[in-house]
Amino acid sequence: MELTDEPTADIACTLNGEAVRARVPLRQNLVDWLRYGAGLTGSHVGCEHGVCGACHVQVDGAVVRGCLMLAVQADGTVVETIEGATGSGRIRALQDAFFNRAALQCGFCTPGMLLQAAELLERTPDPSRAEIREALSGNYCRCTGYHAIVDAVQTAAASLRA
Amino acid sequence: MKPARFDYARPETLEGALAVLAEQGPEASVLAGGQSLMPMLNLRMARPGMLVDINRIPGLDAITLAGGVLSIGARARHAEVLASPLVQQAAPMLAQALQHVAHPAIRNRGTLGGSLALADPAAEMPACAACLGATIVLASAGGGRRVAAKDFFLGVYATAIEPGELILRVEIPAIATGWTHLFQEVSRRHGDYAMAGLALALRRKGAGIAEARIALCGVESATRRQAEAEAALVAGGIEAACQVLGGLDAMGGEEVTAAHRIHLARVLLRRAMGTRN
Repeated sequence: MELTDEPTADIACTLNGEAVRARVPLRQNLVDWLRYGAGLTGSHVGCEHGVCGACHVQVDGAVVRGCLMLAVQADGTVVETIEGATGSGRIRALQDAFFNRAALQCGFCTPGMLLQAAELLERTPDPSRAEIREALSGNYCRCTGYHAIVDAVQTAAASLRA
Repeated sequence: MKPARFDYARPETLEGALAVLAEQGPEASVLAGGQSLMPMLNLRMARPGMLVDINRIPGLDAITLAGGVLSIGARARHAEVLASPLVQQAAPMLAQALQHVAHPAIRNRGTLGGSLALADPAAEMPACAACLGATIVLASAGGGRRVAAKDFFLGVYATAIEPGELILRVEIPAIATGWTHLFQEVSRRHGDYAMAGLALALRRKGAGIAEARIALCGVESATRRQAEAEAALVAGGIEAACQVLGGLDAMGGEEVTAAHRIHLARVLLRRAMGTRN
């Protein structure tokens, strides 16, 4: 948004490990700021009302909907996007498993899936297929269906336990 | 889909928040977890003049158990309530019901107070609050008051909260000896809105039921204790209670008819009571 009279606020947060300052429109959603303000386009904008999970990012260690938080609310927080999670290597096992199992086609849902699956595996190292499906119930995929995704999460879990 | 413009306040203290709410009156909306308010803003179904963000106010998320009362701060996240050993101990129904509330990322952010303040008739938390006889503790610049759950839910998205008021905490009597808590629901997919949900607290006596408390979600437009069904269950058993449920004025709709909601409520009661259908 580039409207000259748009009310804004200044925020400071840690974004993918780096201290960041920005001026954001008050009504801008977190995911829009990440994409258009911070230039991190790995977080996707799907439904914009909290249904699809494509906009998942991590804020203060918990996965949240990027469309259901305001950018101004990121002030003082630690934000990690799919770019940060990829760079640190913390979701590498999941990424390898998704690749090997072809658990994606267009890839639009994949960043959100990976972040949510990573949170599951941190809390539940050996999840059942039902637990995986439940954890990913708020992440929609419109290409593959979910079997390959569940397979990939199971494979990643097994490799992380090994 | 982007929100319309709003002013934004992020008070650091409860007093500061109550002052802003008093000044803004009905123009203000409280922003806690935002998991229902933000979609409404994005869809422009809600256009408040001012958002009062309560996420910086210390202490609003405390969960304590003392003197037989479980107290849950209004801003306690669903995930925190679900993981709380005190909740497991004193109100197991809440933990059962929270597993049906949306998805992990929503539960990481959404709050108990927000769910009660929204009063969505399909939501699980209002039904639990009604069933368990919760007290909603409200604060305002002029003081505070306590509202029993039975007087709190007035209809679809309608509660006893007045402009200028904020939910501070929810107080729930700890489960007493001999009681059992059950929460079950039917939805199309995990985390979807309940087509019907049942909150049930029971005290059995031998093969019979000594006391019962029943509340439903996704059936009637205003959440309440089902006193008639409770009395029927104690006096006449499962089928008597199901007969009472058959007389409810259930919500209709193209996707789920009133008759189907009532059918599901009866199925849930029979399942909860341990019969097959």
